Amino acid sequence: MAAALEAQLVVKQYPVGSGVVTAVDRVSLNLERGGFVALVGPSGSGKTTMLAMMAGLLRPTSGSIVINGQELSQMKETERSRFRRRNIGFTFQANNLVPYLTALENVELMLRLNQQFDAAGRRRAKELLVLLGLEERLHVLPRQLSGGQRQRVAIARSLINRPTLVLADEPTASLDTERAIQVVETLASLVHEQGNAGVMVTHDLRMVEYADRVIQMLDGRVERVVSPQDDLACLADPAECRLIPADVLGFGEPAEV
Amino acid sequence: MSTAVHLAFKEVWRNRARFLLFSLVVALITLLVLFIAALGEGLGSGNREYLEKLNADLIVYQDTARLAIAGSRIGCDTRGSIRSVEGVRDAGALGFSSVSVLIDESTDAVYPPELLDISLVGVEPGKPGEPPVVTGQGLLRKSADEAIIDRTVAMVTERGVGDSITIRSTLGNEYEYYSLQVVGITDSRKYGLQPSVFVPIVTWDKVRPKAVAAAVQEDPACNVVAVQLEDPAQLESMRQRLQAQVDRIEAVGRKTAYENTPGYTAQQSTLNTQNGFALLIGVLVVGGFFQIQTLQKVPQIGMLKAIGTPNLVVALAALIQILIVTLVGVIIGSLASFGLSLTMPPNIPIIFDPRSSVIAVVSLLFMGPIGGLVSIRYSLRVEPLIALGLGS
Repeated sequence: MAAALEAQLVVKQYPVGSGVVTAVDRVSLNLERGGFVALVGPSGSGKTTMLAMMAGLLRPTSGSIVINGQELSQMKETERSRFRRRNIGFTFQANNLVPYLTALENVELMLRLNQQFDAAGRRRAKELLVLLGLEERLHVLPRQLSGGQRQRVAIARSLINRPTLVLADEPTASLDTERAIQVVETLASLVHEQGNAGVMVTHDLRMVEYADRVIQMLDGRVERVVSPQDDLACLADPAECRLIPADVLGFGEPAEV
Repeated sequence: MSTAVHLAFKEVWRNRARFLLFSLVVALITLLVLFIAALGEGLGSGNREYLEKLNADLIVYQDTARLAIAGSRIGCDTRGSIRSVEGVRDAGALGFSSVSVLIDESTDAVYPPELLDISLVGVEPGKPGEPPVVTGQGLLRKSADEAIIDRTVAMVTERGVGDSITIRSTLGNEYEYYSLQVVGITDSRKYGLQPSVFVPIVTWDKVRPKAVAAAVQEDPACNVVAVQLEDPAQLESMRQRLQAQVDRIEAVGRKTAYENTPGYTAQQSTLNTQNGFALLIGVLVVGGFFQIQTLQKVPQIGMLKAIGTPNLVVALAALIQILIVTLVGVIIGSLASFGLSLTMPPNIPIIFDPRSSVIAVVSLLFMGPIGGLVSIRYSLRVEPLIALGLGS
């Protein structure tokens, strides 16, 4: 069975004036189904650009990204759009939901887009929202939901089609700590249970403990890959690191997680 | 398609106050466009109605008149020549003047009478030019003091068959009053934006405003001659034959005749231009509204595209919304126009002609999608990267 995600020596450069800026520099990453990784790093480290390339929203300058055995950069825009709605679930930092659709309708939207809007699909959408503790809020518009509830609806929407890959961009940015932990815990447990592969971009180190591995990026490169259970302290202080940092392994070596 | 319909209807329904408000703006534009069209039709009809309904195929003018009825004079000899041309079934003299009918019968100089300005049309009894009556009978004698009045004159003066009407004309600097007996009533036959009274041509020559008194002639000169053809399909060849065989005339069809009535073309061009501008403003207003809405929805559109919503769904949803807003606005505007038209006084020349109203409504329905094209194009260009805060 193909890996959920295989990124090989991915580079993204932008022309600036007469030169180029390298946003992502030879990043490799393999992710199996059921795996959940956190991508951390300061602003400008390239983590969101990497996420955009994994989602097929940006084409890498070089390198390849293969999801479920299919190379994204070879696809035309319409094919990538179709691929996204079938194989990738998204949770964003903000503007996650369609404001004029209820919580249930937002989740069902993915079913409609994939021509799976049948009785079974609708039942699954309700079950997922109930599982996320939103049974009382099914028919409520996003503006009537709290920030945490909105993110949980977004998580339900990202998982409803049982996608190969679930991508979350700063899903806890606008939440207080308690709600943020709830959201990430729920996302991680559902990814594990459903057998999706999950990648979460976050700058909040408190949220990474639910990930299987944490990939720290700096200046477009993978700085180090650590286990949150064992090596969380080294993300804040490299002197605390027990694993060999990625720069010693050499950039471009796949980070197996 | 169903997803686009779903998205479009949900957004409209859950923001119905905003969309209804905009539909009301479209309704106001619809009201404006329909009223201008109705006014154009009313004014146009007021100018051409008699000539348009005329029971003749050609109108013959004096050749030097340049198709100006008031400037044309055709004598008895010429009328005889016209009737003798092969292919002419019949011909009737027509004379036009502008006079007034007394609504009440007072001719008191201190308390001036209430008047209705009319077109006094001289016709030859039984000949082309005499209108068919809906009540009463046609004109019987060439020189009798009798008249056929049109529906508007009958309504305003409250006169019927058998009643008499008083015409106020001028002779030199003095008013002259003539009493005529109503023998028939015809349908609306306005000429020169005025309702009409039809009298025998000899009576017309007697009653019409004059500078000095003149003796009554048995066969007075008229303005133009209405010609019925044996075969109306031969209009063009007969027109040429008449001009070739009768000296010093110019013959044209009815349409050319009323298009050359004073101010008709300029008036219609002005109103058509106004209507065009109203539609253009409508296009800009619809375009502006949806463009602003699209700009407000950029992050949402980016998110929809990021989760894999096809461009076709985004475009169709926008188009359906535009059609809903436009359709609702046009329906409200059309109903409001109809309601308002019922309250309009009869002296305002407004006619909701089915053909021009349908053209206006169809134009208005196209106005929405045309106006919304820019916003649809813009929404298609929104990058899904916006959802990640990376796009421009």
